[in-house]
Amino acid sequence: MHAAMEIPYVSTPRPDTGLYNAKIGIWLFLASEVMLFGGLFSAYILLRVGAPDGTWPEGWLNIPVGTTNTVVLITSSITTVMAWASCKMKQFGRFKLFHGLTLLLAMTFVGIKSYEYHDKFTHYEAKLNDQLVLADGKTVFGNLVANTNGVVLFSVSTGQPGEYEATPAKYAQAQVAKIVPGQIVDGHLVERAADHITLSGHTVAEHAELMNMRSAAARHIQHSEITLVPAQLRSIETYGPWHNTYLAIYFTLTGLHALHVLGGALVIGYLWGPGSKLWQTDPERFTNRVEISGLFWHFVDLVWIFLFPVLYLL
Amino acid sequence: MQAIAEIDPLAAPHARPHGAARETHDGAGTFWRKYVFSTDHKVIGIQYAITGLCFLFFGFLLMTMMRWQIAKPGEPIPIFGPLLQAVLGDTAAKGIMSPDLYNSFGAMHGTIMVFLAIVPLAFGAFANLIVPLQIGAPDMAFPRVNMASYQAYFVGGVIMLASFIIPGGAAQAGWTSYPPLATVVATDGQTYWIIGMVFLITSSLLGAVNVIATVIQLRAPGLHWFRLPFFVWAQFVTAFLLLLAFPPLESAAVMQLMDKVAHTSFFLPAGLAVAGPDGHVSGGGNPLLWQHLFWFLAHPEVYVLILPAMGIVCEIVANNTRKPVWGYKSLVYALLILGFLSFIVWAHHMYLTGMGTKISTFFQTTTIIISIPSVIILTCLFLSLWGGSIRFNTPMLFALGFLPMFGIGGLTGLPLGFATSDIHLHDTYYVIGHFHYVVAPGTIFALFAGIYYWFPKFTGRMMNEFWGKVHFWLSLIFMNLIFQPMLFQGMAGMLRRMADGGANYSAARVPDAVGGLSNYIMQMNTMISYAVWMLGLAQVPFILNFFYSMWKGPKAPSDNPWQATTLEWQTPTPPPHGNFLTAPAVFRGPYEYSVPGHAQDFTPQNQPDRPATT
Ligand code: HEM
Ligand SMILES: [Cu+2]
Repeated sequence: MHAAMEIPYVSTPRPDTGLYNAKIGIWLFLASEVMLFGGLFSAYILLRVGAPDGTWPEGWLNIPVGTTNTVVLITSSITTVMAWASCKMKQFGRFKLFHGLTLLLAMTFVGIKSYEYHDKFTHYEAKLNDQLVLADGKTVFGNLVANTNGVVLFSVSTGQPGEYEATPAKYAQAQVAKIVPGQIVDGHLVERAADHITLSGHTVAEHAELMNMRSAAARHIQHSEITLVPAQLRSIETYGPWHNTYLAIYFTLTGLHALHVLGGALVIGYLWGPGSKLWQTDPERFTNRVEISGLFWHFVDLVWIFLFPVLYLL
Repeated sequence: MQAIAEIDPLAAPHARPHGAARETHDGAGTFWRKYVFSTDHKVIGIQYAITGLCFLFFGFLLMTMMRWQIAKPGEPIPIFGPLLQAVLGDTAAKGIMSPDLYNSFGAMHGTIMVFLAIVPLAFGAFANLIVPLQIGAPDMAFPRVNMASYQAYFVGGVIMLASFIIPGGAAQAGWTSYPPLATVVATDGQTYWIIGMVFLITSSLLGAVNVIATVIQLRAPGLHWFRLPFFVWAQFVTAFLLLLAFPPLESAAVMQLMDKVAHTSFFLPAGLAVAGPDGHVSGGGNPLLWQHLFWFLAHPEVYVLILPAMGIVCEIVANNTRKPVWGYKSLVYALLILGFLSFIVWAHHMYLTGMGTKISTFFQTTTIIISIPSVIILTCLFLSLWGGSIRFNTPMLFALGFLPMFGIGGLTGLPLGFATSDIHLHDTYYVIGHFHYVVAPGTIFALFAGIYYWFPKFTGRMMNEFWGKVHFWLSLIFMNLIFQPMLFQGMAGMLRRMADGGANYSAARVPDAVGGLSNYIMQMNTMISYAVWMLGLAQVPFILNFFYSMWKGPKAPSDNPWQATTLEWQTPTPPPHGNFLTAPAVFRGPYEYSVPGHAQDFTPQNQPDRPATT
């Protein structure tokens, strides 16, 4: 009595293709991954090319931090290859060492990336209300509606960001000492409470001035702590994906990439830990698994090699 | 070579697996391991088939209700109306479908038919069931990945179904999900749609990797590329389309999800105002970006719907003409070229978006070029009939029905391929008529052909011929009564996706409007709807025949009842786990029918040149 046919070429290569099954599988999978990231990269190109002048930010990301992360990932690719080579040379201990390093580097990458994300989620752009300084010294926040014929029409903030009294207040010109147009405060969160928010940053007149952070002027910005009360705020928003299209594609691309890093780390962690038992029973198949996971890891690395210049440098 | 003689179908009508040989591996497991969490490609194929048929039925059911609303706008739907109201509430108040509900049903009819019915049937079920058998493999290359592929499909389907009953109902922006509409509709249906699609895309990806790897790695010795049955080629190319075309839609889906939940605006332009300016939208997005990414998938997708069908038809035509298919190599090369070109025609769906005449010109050119390989394939299949002694059994009837129906579908596509004529026809019922000719009497007929043809392989029983023929002729008549009038309605200017079937634009309502839809055109609505319901009834013989034959049908006379040449017929019936009793070897091409000098009019691929002496 014989068993049914077994699936061939599970770990030995098929002579005419020179590949074992999983190797074809991973190459095909990576081909589809190329298309996945390709779709997002083409979206990036289309959105950037289509953006009106002066609306695409430059220099919003920290290049030294990005460079560090690039180095971290490239190093992890090297340790991955070393891990696989160690298996090939039947040195299980060295495999453990190198893939342990890969894991550590992967976690470092994720850590640095989270730091960068955190930086964006605590970075605020606060658009301020117009400010009416009255002759009696009082200050009113809100929107200047009109200033004609000696009458100032001003819709007054209710004390909540972006909310105004239903009917604008009327002031005679004589009552008004000064009208300060709404500016923009841009900076990192220092402290936030119900009745105020403190940012460490600077004030600009126009949103457009925040676009180029690589300019000479941007390099000389002086930061100071600025405290704002809700009534001062027209709107306030962090540098999350909703902030503008650049950040949207930045978060989408790097987020998807980070998921790939985590997925890869999970697989490598499995092969390093519980999965490494296979080494005892079927070292050849185990080595293949290390190779397959390595190919995936190189791909993840490669994607970053594209992401870094596109998002940080261009 | 002794082994081969042993399984020669003529030597022994029914090869028997030896004793417990079929109970190896997980075959011996519990019910759950055997039928639900099985890794056997045949079980997974059958899971795909059953689920896919259920979705086909469900997608059709939605349409039967929509057709009522089109034929009799504002009247309550009999029987189903109160049911809808009970389940869905106010959007079906008094049993009348609201326009919102019509939109949901339309979007979900398209989505379900394409992604949950036809692809899972044509690719998921047929590739799984037949490809490993036809290439002499014991299973797919990655059985567990295969199981995961079905499970992802199942979860995707459940999510899509669940979206019907959430507040606000299912997605309403058509199967194409164009923004801004898709994004600005405030309900969650679209979000469900996106998440469901991500599962379906994952499923396709896993299935595609598996089919390609299986064909490359697990072909039996001697089965080199130009000995592969055309069906295998078709599935192989289909898998590549799925592998490479779906991911860009996935990236688009991710971006649309971000637009829905993270308030990005990938697809929303600056300054967009929908019922008042939306404070959440940062602007700067591009609605055309979605259309490009969507059609980058969705054009190859239509070939995913049609290529497996062509593969099935080719097998059945060869078998029932009892002669080799005409131009096997032309078929294969045409298929490969078709697969390649299908990636560079997508923007022919976008002539009216104002993307520019230069781009239109490029895509018109590629579109007309791609019609050449399609015509080659159809011509080869037609020419294969020439001089054959045709057996008109049910599978063959459906295969023969496929040819002219697909022909009509293809030819009516040409005017849509030219920007000039497309200006008039775009977004009308002409388009609906055109592509349904391809997918309904086209692909679905091929699927029926395949079911009737391979049924005995997996059940050991034959389906009833008489009721099969009834099923065929009625389906053929009603399919044409449904889709042909749509072509005329479209040419008369009737737009698609209208909850009132165009009544608002009818000459009856606005007598002196220029180009109002005439009474004649409007009355076709009713006729079509009756034909749709009759088409539904015409499926009853099939359903009964299917189940009756499964348990009570006449036993297949041998493992190879159609006297076919390809390897799937050289296994025991039904094939055991692991498929072949001994590893097969291949000695010849796939269609050696009526070879002069041979005793029978077919020579199985695994028959050695000099038959083994016993
Ligand atoms: C045989 C039964 C079928 C009938 C009677 C039918 C009928 C229709 C009709 C009348 C529409 C237009 C609805 C409207 O524009 O308001 C439609 C739309 C559509 N159908 Fe079918 N159909 C059938 C099968 C299929 C199949 C097998 C497929 C796919 C493979 C399919 C895919 C679609 C798609 C994608 C749409 C467009 C949905 C949208 O507007 O977003 N249909 N169908
Ligand atoms: Cu197309």
